Amino acid sequence: MTAAKPITAARPISSVRLPGLAVLLVLASAVVMAGLVLLPLFVVFHDAFAKGLGKYLASIRDPDAVSAMKLTLLVAAIAVPLNAIFGVAAAWCIAKFEFRGKSALLTLIDLPFSMSPVVSGLVWVLLFGAQGWFGTWLIDHDVKIIFATTGLVLATILVTFPFVARELIPLMQDQGADEESAALTLGAGGFTTFFRITLPNIRWALLYGVLLCNARAMGEFGAVSVVSGHIRGLTTTLPLHVEVLYNDYDFVGAFAAASLLASLGLITLVLKTGLEWRHAGELAANRRH
Amino acid sequence: MTDQAILPRPARTGALRATPPRRAPWVQHSILPGFGLSLGITLVYLGAIVVLPLTALALRPWELGLDGVFRALTAPRVAAALKLSFGLSALAALLNAPLGMLLAWTLTRYQFPGRRILDALVDLPFALPTAVAGIALTAIYAPHGPLGHIAAKFGIKTAYSPLGIFIALVFIGLPFVVRSLQPVLQDLDHEVEEAATTLGANAWQRAVRVILPALGPSLISGLSLAFARAVGEYGSVVFIAGNLPGKTEIAPLLIVIKLEQYDYAGAAAVGLAMVVISFGSLVLINGLQLALARRGKA
Repeated sequence: MTAAKPITAARPISSVRLPGLAVLLVLASAVVMAGLVLLPLFVVFHDAFAKGLGKYLASIRDPDAVSAMKLTLLVAAIAVPLNAIFGVAAAWCIAKFEFRGKSALLTLIDLPFSMSPVVSGLVWVLLFGAQGWFGTWLIDHDVKIIFATTGLVLATILVTFPFVARELIPLMQDQGADEESAALTLGAGGFTTFFRITLPNIRWALLYGVLLCNARAMGEFGAVSVVSGHIRGLTTTLPLHVEVLYNDYDFVGAFAAASLLASLGLITLVLKTGLEWRHAGELAANRRH
Repeated sequence: MTDQAILPRPARTGALRATPPRRAPWVQHSILPGFGLSLGITLVYLGAIVVLPLTALALRPWELGLDGVFRALTAPRVAAALKLSFGLSALAALLNAPLGMLLAWTLTRYQFPGRRILDALVDLPFALPTAVAGIALTAIYAPHGPLGHIAAKFGIKTAYSPLGIFIALVFIGLPFVVRSLQPVLQDLDHEVEEAATTLGANAWQRAVRVILPALGPSLISGLSLAFARAVGEYGSVVFIAGNLPGKTEIAPLLIVIKLEQYDYAGAAAVGLAMVVISFGSLVLINGLQLALARRGKA
């Protein structure tokens, strides 16, 4: 009837209606979100442009910044496709087949989520560092893994590999194997079945998983910080570049680089939200992050 | 005799039956191909990326000997860091309980302009790379920052103190709690609430006696996820922490420092302790959750 009241209890949802409380709770939520979550985002861009656009652009065009961006893209370009292939393979055998040891496999896949990123970097140093298990052998054969791109890739893979698998497994379990069975019975080959039946069924969830995996891969800090050695222009990814500049008191430079990463986060958030709104049914319904 | 005569022909139909022709007994038969290939890729990948590195983590500390590991973990600096990390993570989870319930409640139960945007923004702490969140939070709560200077007027030190670490941990834990609660609040059977109304329960009674118990298990799982994330968090904490040994030094940072000193075994000991304590508390919380769910059903 009237649009005078902007805040109303959503009609059919709740039986709990306390007069006046709705407005109060919505306001409280807005304050919490603004103060705790939005303010940091605002500060990143504010401080990045604190000394004007010229300073900002100069920081971003700095050779070290450019090579950090390139390295970040390179690491993600290796880690994300590998994790996507692993995610599809793992989801295929876990969702479509019944076998013993499945829950152990699921636990292993979930493990990185409950591990500190620093530990995810540490384990590679324990293997390939100068005093690691394979350290002497690597030095003898002049192979560099720690303090080199390979180490950054390995650490990134370990941190990000559950994303695609976790997105696909529940969805493919829900979908079952009926459509694939039908195709196979009608004479389609295994790969035809996968590309014509399975892949179209999981494409949005796959994209969603890849999106989250990529965002984390490009933004990862703790794990790569352990294996990087912080060699400027060589082994600093963009998040590490932020740290280096910040510790050098180059705040405009640090926040300028951070603003690029924040933009990546925002773009990811927009795409992810869009996917959730348009393809909710084709994404794993029980997990929204 | 007749069986043998028929055998060659139904080889294809045989494949559709329950008994597998060639697969190992631990796999239930399926018509779908690619089990060996996909399991092979999965196992090789998991072996190289997870099992081998974690084996190194599990074995490396013991070159110090049992009492060496014990001494490494009970050294005042290490013990203080572990206590700080686990204690503040638990406190942050405790604050995230009411904050998460507030947000989940308003986002699912009220219509207001900007609700969907607010809903999407809940994921911002996930989406923002940790180092970015770290320097931004530090800028906000530093003595001259927009919120830090207000706190400083009251003589409260936020950045470079345990309070600063606490704020960063609340920031990164919030989405876990909200996202765990939202589906439950959305799906909570409306009839149950109506029944409570018919039986004479007032609004507060419905909220406290009907809705809150239904939220219990998912609240706990959300809090445990937030806790696990907070314990290991590095990027968003390390800038705001101040990193004073024994005072504001978190456990993950101690691993980094030990590695820089080439104390691999010591770093591995701290890392292993963190994994074991985190995993142990997750198992404990899972048990609690199961018990709650069972009580809810009974």
